[in-house]
Amino acid sequence: MNFSIYDFTSFTQWIDKVLYDNLPAFWAIAVEMTIIGVAILLFYALIGLFLVYAERKVCAFMQNRVGPNRVGPFGFFQTIADLFKLLMKELVYIKNADKLLFNIAPFIVIIASFMAIAAIPFAKGLHAIDFDIGILYVIAVSSLGVVGILLAGWSSNNKYSLIGAMRSGAQIVSYELSVGLSLVTIIILAGTMQFSAIVEGQANGWFIFKGHIPAFIAFIVFLIASTAETNRGPFDLAEAESELTAGFHTEYSGIKFAFFFLAEYMNMFIVASIAATVFLGGWMPFHVGGWEGFNHIMDFIPPFVWYIGKTFFIIWIMMWFKWTFPRLRIDQLLTLEWKYLLPINLVNILIMAFIVLMGWHF
Amino acid sequence: MNSFFEYFADIFRAVKSLLTGMKVTGRYFFSPWEIVTQQYPENRKTLKMYDRFKGEVIMPHNEHNEHHCTGCGICETACPNGTIEVLQAKIDMPDGKKKRIIDKHIYRLGMCTFCGLCIKSCPSDALAWGQEFEHAVFDRSKLTKTLNQPGSSIIKDIVE
Repeated sequence: MNFSIYDFTSFTQWIDKVLYDNLPAFWAIAVEMTIIGVAILLFYALIGLFLVYAERKVCAFMQNRVGPNRVGPFGFFQTIADLFKLLMKELVYIKNADKLLFNIAPFIVIIASFMAIAAIPFAKGLHAIDFDIGILYVIAVSSLGVVGILLAGWSSNNKYSLIGAMRSGAQIVSYELSVGLSLVTIIILAGTMQFSAIVEGQANGWFIFKGHIPAFIAFIVFLIASTAETNRGPFDLAEAESELTAGFHTEYSGIKFAFFFLAEYMNMFIVASIAATVFLGGWMPFHVGGWEGFNHIMDFIPPFVWYIGKTFFIIWIMMWFKWTFPRLRIDQLLTLEWKYLLPINLVNILIMAFIVLMGWHF
Repeated sequence: MNSFFEYFADIFRAVKSLLTGMKVTGRYFFSPWEIVTQQYPENRKTLKMYDRFKGEVIMPHNEHNEHHCTGCGICETACPNGTIEVLQAKIDMPDGKKKRIIDKHIYRLGMCTFCGLCIKSCPSDALAWGQEFEHAVFDRSKLTKTLNQPGSSIIKDIVE
């Protein structure tokens, strides 16, 4: 067996072979699913904890502050301490809440983001499920989260929660349109919805470069719309602290609050990895057609590092947005979507289709 | 047609103003040496407060243990919440007259709101803001301070 950090295909196939040789088919697939589930769960928790830390640090640097620096070196264990605090907190029972929906809501939110992560290619061969409609699946699954948010707001029996949830619903429903359409622009260019094929198609240049201006416009629109879809600032009206205390999760405490919090950061990670995969080539190293020596040097960096680097670059841009721009009013939010992003997006798709038709892309 | 161009001009103006904001925060992100936060307990030895910092009211004394306070009591009247109490004493002058001087200038830090009216109203500039700010004590009575040092006297060249 030769394992390599450049190609995980042989590694995953080896696990598959060992399991099928030693176990009946049903148990082999059950064990495989458990392994993948545990691996993704661990990854999920680690990335969630790290993102909370990164957000606080990035925000601090952008505001000329130091950020968490007391727990561990550079405050690195701050979020772990926060996690223990949240785990030990009391789960407050709300007297007039709809008990069933109130308890289900955080799980719906977290399951939606958990399902989306399965279809994302992390490196060559490190890909849980490679659907041939991968992008469609991710859009469909990640939009389930809004159901959880609406249920959380409704079942809390609290006016702040309800208003926050309704705002969040209006926002996610309208911005999903822009997210979908900007991805359609790239699907036209790629000619496929399968994530592995999309990544392979960027071997000789990322789509953001191959698709000229329309791809760049689609990238910007995707960034704006996905920031809104994850309920992050400057589109965080759903939890506008000064008006709605904490929005839809006002009544949640302890680990249930942590679920919402974690899901918010994981949604950010998921949209950033979609942006990285679709526009910036996913785990594909930076290649310039014709420059063989340069391409060879870039190939030495493992694909996983490329993927994580690109994803965190997008996350950093989204944090940059959050800590720079003031929050939009609800009417400004809807104006931005329906009067600006959507028409631009539709025209952009036409231009992209025309470019692909004429063969003007690289 | 005019509104058509206005639409795109709007977009470009918006992007420009957003980029202006992002330039500022982006520059801060990449210049960590501009961080203004003081690492307080660690830099206690080297920490220097700013001139306008209002730590507590003090009465500056010179090297001969002399101050500017005449004991007139204007600060006591000016204080809105009775923080200051001026106790006067009478001494006999060489020419046989009696003169009022300060006996004790009592300052209750626990009641002070740091408004600075005593310092502003003092006719002889006897009071000033001190830079000390670590005032926590275990006993409330320690917050009542006597500002004129024991055995101190007024600076001689003051013309009354």
